[in-house]
Amino acid sequence: MRAGAKLGLILLLMPLLLWLGLLIIVPHIDMFLVSIRERIGVGRYQISPANYLTFFTEPLYLVTFMRTALMSILTTAITLVIGFPVAFYIAKVAKGRLQSSLFLLCLVPFWVSELVRTFGWMILLRETGIFSSFLQWLGLVDGPVEMLYNDVAMIVGLVYTSMLFMVVPLVTTMESLDDSVIEAGYDLGGSNLSILREIVIPHAMPGIASGSIVVFMLSLGNYLTPTMLGGKDSLWFTELIYSQFIVRFNWELGAAFGFMLLILSSIIVWAMLKVTGQTLEKTMT
Amino acid sequence: MIPTIRQPLSLTLVYRAYVVLFFVYLALPLLVVSVFAFNDSLFPSLPWKGFTWNWFFGDQRPMIGVFNERPIMRALNNSAFIAVFVSALSVCVGTTNAFLFNRYNFPLRGLLYVLMLLPLVIPGIVLGISILVFSSTLANGLEDGMGWDIYALRPGLPLVILGQFSFITTIVTLVISARLQKFDRTLEEAALNLGAGPLTAVRTVTIPYLLPALVGGFGVAFLMSFENFNTTLMLVGSDAPLTIAMFDRLKEGSTPLLNAVSLLLMLGSSGLALLMILFQRKR
Amino acid sequence: MTTADLECLELSKRFGDFTAVDQVSFSVPSGTFFSILGPSGCGKTTIMRMVAGFLDPSSGDIQIKGKSVLDVAPNKRPVNMVFQHLALFPMMNIADNIGYGLRRQGLAKSEIARKVDEALDRIGLPGIGKRKVEELSGGQKQRVAIARCMVLEPDVLLLDEPLGALDLKLREHMKIELKSLQAAFDTTFVYITHDQSEALVMSDQIAVMNKGRFEQVGSGRDLYYRPQTAFVAGFVGESNRWRGKVTRSDAGGALQLTTEAGLVVTGADNGRGLAVGAEAQIFVRPEAIRISRKQDELAHFENRMVGKVQSLLFNGAASRAILRSEANGDDIEVTLPQSGEFADLTRGDDLHFGWSGEQANAFAVEAD
Repeated sequence: MRAGAKLGLILLLMPLLLWLGLLIIVPHIDMFLVSIRERIGVGRYQISPANYLTFFTEPLYLVTFMRTALMSILTTAITLVIGFPVAFYIAKVAKGRLQSSLFLLCLVPFWVSELVRTFGWMILLRETGIFSSFLQWLGLVDGPVEMLYNDVAMIVGLVYTSMLFMVVPLVTTMESLDDSVIEAGYDLGGSNLSILREIVIPHAMPGIASGSIVVFMLSLGNYLTPTMLGGKDSLWFTELIYSQFIVRFNWELGAAFGFMLLILSSIIVWAMLKVTGQTLEKTMT
Repeated sequence: MIPTIRQPLSLTLVYRAYVVLFFVYLALPLLVVSVFAFNDSLFPSLPWKGFTWNWFFGDQRPMIGVFNERPIMRALNNSAFIAVFVSALSVCVGTTNAFLFNRYNFPLRGLLYVLMLLPLVIPGIVLGISILVFSSTLANGLEDGMGWDIYALRPGLPLVILGQFSFITTIVTLVISARLQKFDRTLEEAALNLGAGPLTAVRTVTIPYLLPALVGGFGVAFLMSFENFNTTLMLVGSDAPLTIAMFDRLKEGSTPLLNAVSLLLMLGSSGLALLMILFQRKR
Repeated sequence: MTTADLECLELSKRFGDFTAVDQVSFSVPSGTFFSILGPSGCGKTTIMRMVAGFLDPSSGDIQIKGKSVLDVAPNKRPVNMVFQHLALFPMMNIADNIGYGLRRQGLAKSEIARKVDEALDRIGLPGIGKRKVEELSGGQKQRVAIARCMVLEPDVLLLDEPLGALDLKLREHMKIELKSLQAAFDTTFVYITHDQSEALVMSDQIAVMNKGRFEQVGSGRDLYYRPQTAFVAGFVGESNRWRGKVTRSDAGGALQLTTEAGLVVTGADNGRGLAVGAEAQIFVRPEAIRISRKQDELAHFENRMVGKVQSLLFNGAASRAILRSEANGDDIEVTLPQSGEFADLTRGDDLHFGWSGEQANAFAVEAD
């Protein structure tokens, strides 16, 4: 390599290494170190697995942890099922101006903050909200109905919040499927279902994988929607982390929780990549 | 399926109805938020008590409008300040990253690329606490060892900027890389052939080509920073950005003031997005 | 008369005000190679997509083996199609591609495997079943696309310019190969193309299409030597052409045309009945023009001219010269004989040239 090129390489490597090192890698290592220490006196600590033991022995923590994981998977599945037909419609059925405006319309809700979106659902779902009033007006119910503060409301909110991140990669991958390939499927005797199963879905796999991973991550790491829309029983794991850090000032336990969440998300993302036969590099670009 | 394949009419209609329903679902929450910003009532809910601009311009209790509500305006200011810094920083680092991965082969390139993508699969709140933990370790170390109390390492605007920057950079890198990959390198070679130095060639040929991606990356970063909640929540100090300030109010109970702020946010970000689209189209 | 494999009756397709296919009727006898030749936008793809079932005709009927298929969905029609860019399924390997239609028919796995192997043998690519689509060369993909259709034993195989994406050498090779595959499978092929040499080399019957209509249907020889319309004469093969008014017309079909520049050309209207005073066009093929250094060798031709060699276009056996007529400055393309007699011809040489009136085809100029 010429000297100039070498200098260029070093100059370009610096920002990357500083960023990844100081903001991603070292903080996580430090978080891990904090999570394996136990306070034994004022300003005195020792290495111990106490925080992880607490996590595994306290049912509330473990149950919340598992619940959060399962609900996030459920959210991802629902988002995929709802979003797929719409993405297919935008990518393959709609043409020209309709196609681009539908695609744009899909993006609009996500130009506004998640807080605003959640707030919208609160106005719709709460006891004095639109749905409740509407049902009363129809005469279907006698008094106000509270639809907020339960798991369903929370999942509705989570699905809504992550829809874009499912639809966009799906549209992009399915757009690249040539119409003639679908026509060839019909020409050779395929039915709607068999073409969907053998041609469209395999082709859309990279989009399905990247969409699912992002939606899963967003749900798992979400704090706002479960707090605002979920009820007393729908505690989210991020809420536990928040309360350990900010309310109880027990950073050691909070860091351990954070690490468990990180491990969980890594395992599930890895499993999703394996199931769909994709790699992280391929799905994220 | 696709239009060239005849389908039973019923199926086509059901499909269309589904898509329409989907867009109603997308629009509904935003619509109600906007509509109730004009409700002449203390609560953003039915019954409708008439139209008012008070939640935007009102200056008398209890109906103080957005523009006269000092804490909200201050929070908006904070958000804009953070967003500008985060966008500028991440476009710079995103550009160097894009060039690095597009142009150079070096040891550990594959590993670094995966590491570069990693922030996308770290939950935002974990990113927040890891930076919080590390910065206070640093701050405590410096204070104990050197007696320096570095304000920037305690929760506050600088940490929020760093926290958001840590994952937005990945997204900006991907946006810029996508365009750089499409760049025809013979154009640069042509510039070299016509007497430009390597840096001049990049500056006069490659960067103008990348401009739409740089602007797009800036816009995306700006919006993401403005919207960010999870990472910010863990790093915020006394100067809360808008989302956090709104969150605190929402916990106490909502007034149409929040609807008014939300509507302004929607208009602002749609305007920015529209501007970006127009810019891309002009190119 | 045996029933044709494919028959189209007064088939029309309109898109709004635009008529893409206008009252086209034709029938394709069993086992033939039938081509539709025309410039892009002439409506040939529209016909093919109607036959395959991807477009509904505005009027008319499509029959396969004597039965109308208008109400049959594309996935149930006994026709299969080789798409322009082949449309092989990239998400499947070669064997799964070829077996796709068989799986749809619900055949047993072992049966499918046997048929796929048989098809691979037939196209001369045994043992590539496990390979991916992108690992094949252009010509191999071509053959797989055909095999994918042929395992279903369709009544008619449609081919939509499948050679368009190949480079010249491979295209020449595939022309011969397609013809022999058609013979091997003994299936009716309907082939559409804008490339006349593809149509001429492979087809038993060619329909020349222009602006939504068939201009002429016939063998390649017919189209080349006995074009029935000016479009066919101009589109198939190359021609020198003159335009002018008919100044003399015999009962036998011989006529004389005078161009605006005053040049008089003798030609034949082959029964098209051009009257004196009509606007007409005359087409003369470059190889119908004889050249000579001596005037008396050409005495028996009705048309004789003198000119200078303007340029020489060397192209092996198809070498030509462009001669500039002394009389009026027209450029005329002639084929150089390969006997070596004119090997020393150079630019600026004076030459005599001429052609018989029978070789000059005259057509009425249609009012636009």
